[in-house]
Amino acid sequence: MRVAPVSEITTTTSTVAEARPRLSALDTLESEAIHIIREVVAEFERPVLLFSGGKDSVVVLHLAAKAFWPARVPFPVLHVDTGHNFPEVIDFRDRTVERFGIRLEVASVQDYLDDGRVQERADGTRNPLQTQPLLDAIAAGRHDAVFGGARRDEDKARAKERILSLRDEFGQWDPRNQRPELWDLYNGRHTVGQHVRAFPISNWTELDVWRYIEREGIELPPLYYAHEREVYRRDGMWRAVSPVSPPRADEHVERRTVRYRTVGDMSCTGAVESDAASVAEVVREVATSTLTERGATRADDRISEAAMEDRKKDGYF
Amino acid sequence: MTHATLPDDRPTPRVLTSGASVNDGSVSLGAGVNTRRNESTLFRFATAGSVDDGKSTLVGRLLHDSKAILADQLESVARTSAERGFGGEPGAIDFALLTDGLRAEREQGITIDVAYRYFSTGRRSFILADCPGHVQYTRNMVTGAATADAVVVLVDARKGVLEQTRRHLAVVQLLRVPHVVVAVNKIDLLGYDEAAFAAVATDVSALVRDLGLPEAHVIPVSALAGDNVVERSANTPWYEGPALLELLETLPPLDELESDLEALRMPVQLVIRPQGALAHDVADPVSYRDHRAFAGRITSGTVRVGDEVQVFPGGATTTVVGIDAGPVALEAASAPQSVALRLADELDAARGAVIAASGSLPAARSELDAAVFQLDPRPLVPGARVLVKSGTSTVQALVTAVHGRRDLATLALEPADRLDVNDIGQVALRLAAELPVEPYAEHRRAGAFLVIHPQDGATLAAAIVSGPTSTTASTATTTEGAAA
Repeated sequence: MRVAPVSEITTTTSTVAEARPRLSALDTLESEAIHIIREVVAEFERPVLLFSGGKDSVVVLHLAAKAFWPARVPFPVLHVDTGHNFPEVIDFRDRTVERFGIRLEVASVQDYLDDGRVQERADGTRNPLQTQPLLDAIAAGRHDAVFGGARRDEDKARAKERILSLRDEFGQWDPRNQRPELWDLYNGRHTVGQHVRAFPISNWTELDVWRYIEREGIELPPLYYAHEREVYRRDGMWRAVSPVSPPRADEHVERRTVRYRTVGDMSCTGAVESDAASVAEVVREVATSTLTERGATRADDRISEAAMEDRKKDGYF
Repeated sequence: MTHATLPDDRPTPRVLTSGASVNDGSVSLGAGVNTRRNESTLFRFATAGSVDDGKSTLVGRLLHDSKAILADQLESVARTSAERGFGGEPGAIDFALLTDGLRAEREQGITIDVAYRYFSTGRRSFILADCPGHVQYTRNMVTGAATADAVVVLVDARKGVLEQTRRHLAVVQLLRVPHVVVAVNKIDLLGYDEAAFAAVATDVSALVRDLGLPEAHVIPVSALAGDNVVERSANTPWYEGPALLELLETLPPLDELESDLEALRMPVQLVIRPQGALAHDVADPVSYRDHRAFAGRITSGTVRVGDEVQVFPGGATTTVVGIDAGPVALEAASAPQSVALRLADELDAARGAVIAASGSLPAARSELDAAVFQLDPRPLVPGARVLVKSGTSTVQALVTAVHGRRDLATLALEPADRLDVNDIGQVALRLAAELPVEPYAEHRRAGAFLVIHPQDGATLAAAIVSGPTSTTASTATTTEGAAA
């Protein structure tokens, strides 16, 4: 094999940096994500992708399609349905699953509420209630690996998450006892009852995701783009008027042009005022935004400095 | 080989403290720089330092001054800073709160785990691995440095080079991180004194020489005041070199330094054989009936349609007839792209195979000498049965000998019969099956492996194959008689 001349190895001038064409940051991130998805499929028996219809899980599904093309995506998707979904998102979910020809598993929070296994919270938010149905669905499907679209730039606790993250029988994340992760060697060994969460787009930012959606022409639920909606102001966010998120008497309802930066449970996801009606406009908006997507749109993450860490420890995404 | 010193054929160390022309001076940051991001390239770096060197402050400063901290994050940190009475002035911000993501970290005021941070300038997208500085968490330093294009080591200007600095630079040397930057922090507390900085730079120079590092960039900074972090400071007129971010924007990354110069290697992750289960967007299903492609991420070199390649194990030679990136057919692909290769001949290759440029096929080896970074509290001892994960293969292995432990001040090998957590040592391993490993110094990705506990699956150690290659390889093949 040829070895680099020493003088080239130690050169630090910028001329070298520009001389050779390199993969763009987005191409490098795509390559890393596809590598991770293939590693998990090769080393685990029954992977599944957590699929909410949100942009991050849609991107992971798109990456999986590329990773195995011309073969079909070799795993099903799992949706934890809070019962408080945006109808557009459920419609998008069903169309997507049908188009890709993959199986959809649904874990229904409503079923758990109906038979009393979990109880509605006083604030009406159902996000924290997803954990039990999720863990039961993982066990029922005998899934040993669970793909998710979580990114490290979303939250301080997620910044410390591994790409392959071991969960115990109770689905718990132990941040102080994580496996070191070196090079691109992902250690997914686990014992009976344990499973692994896999995050192929860990190293992507919100802007990377949007640039990729633009570049690849990926379809998203329409509420990611500017549209008119009946909204009211609560906790500094625009909340949609819906049967599960009704305004209080003192909250003034108005029609505004808004879009969603994240798509979650209707009871705790807020919209932002925006005229960005196309993907190119969204990319421009995200690039110049002065708020993080969770800060702008998630009521549940405002509860405390460690809200995400606490939910993750309990087995949340 | 002798284990007293590391084999090192690298050039005389250079310490660059000034005058290194690494930038055209056009760094500009601010709202809107992100819009060019899709043209930028990726650069990974790690930060390391002792407790109280101000590493979290430096990271916070980099993120803040490059506008990667958004208003709601800043507001949250400012609120917490005020609650804890940080600093004397109203509005003073404890930047460390931006990076200490876990409750225990904030409570104890120390960083426990590697945190990954993201920011970008017009030229580059950065992935920053922020590594804790505690001795007991050296494993995180190894984790952060393993894939880094550069490591930024912090030194407190008032304290100079410490034991921790030596340890961090020793790890950097062993992992052959391409670029070393030493940020001499808190220079403001010494009145921006040139002589004080020069004294530290001289010590760094001596250490770099002792450890056999190729070079180090030494920069006087104040993370708290922002001197020489993003922009060159007027407070250090005697320093002519670049600011930290300018330097990070221009250092060539690892892939660029290595991949094009080496022969093709692609470990096979899996074989794509759709049979009946074709993707929904396949236009011509009939033509894919017998489709068979070898999926993997190119770890070095370039592959072109028409290239002759050899496949490990067995060494069969064939020709690349197609390179697929999803539904797009490529003429050529290079590291680190993920592709699927179609080959002219039907080969019985599966996960664990390696596709290599013809004539460059790595030797099959079952006996290894390796430098080991012990990460698990349970000591590594001779006779231990472990798993070795290398590339896309995992095989059983036996630790046949512990040769010794490195003194991290000198990197000299001292006698030891076991490796304890955070030790870096030299061991011999016998593998239950031959693998196409190569010395890390020659081929990074084929020379790195994990040592895994066979029962509970814990990652016990990170290891890199020591050179030289071929002699042990041929011996192993004949004595073991294992047919590839």
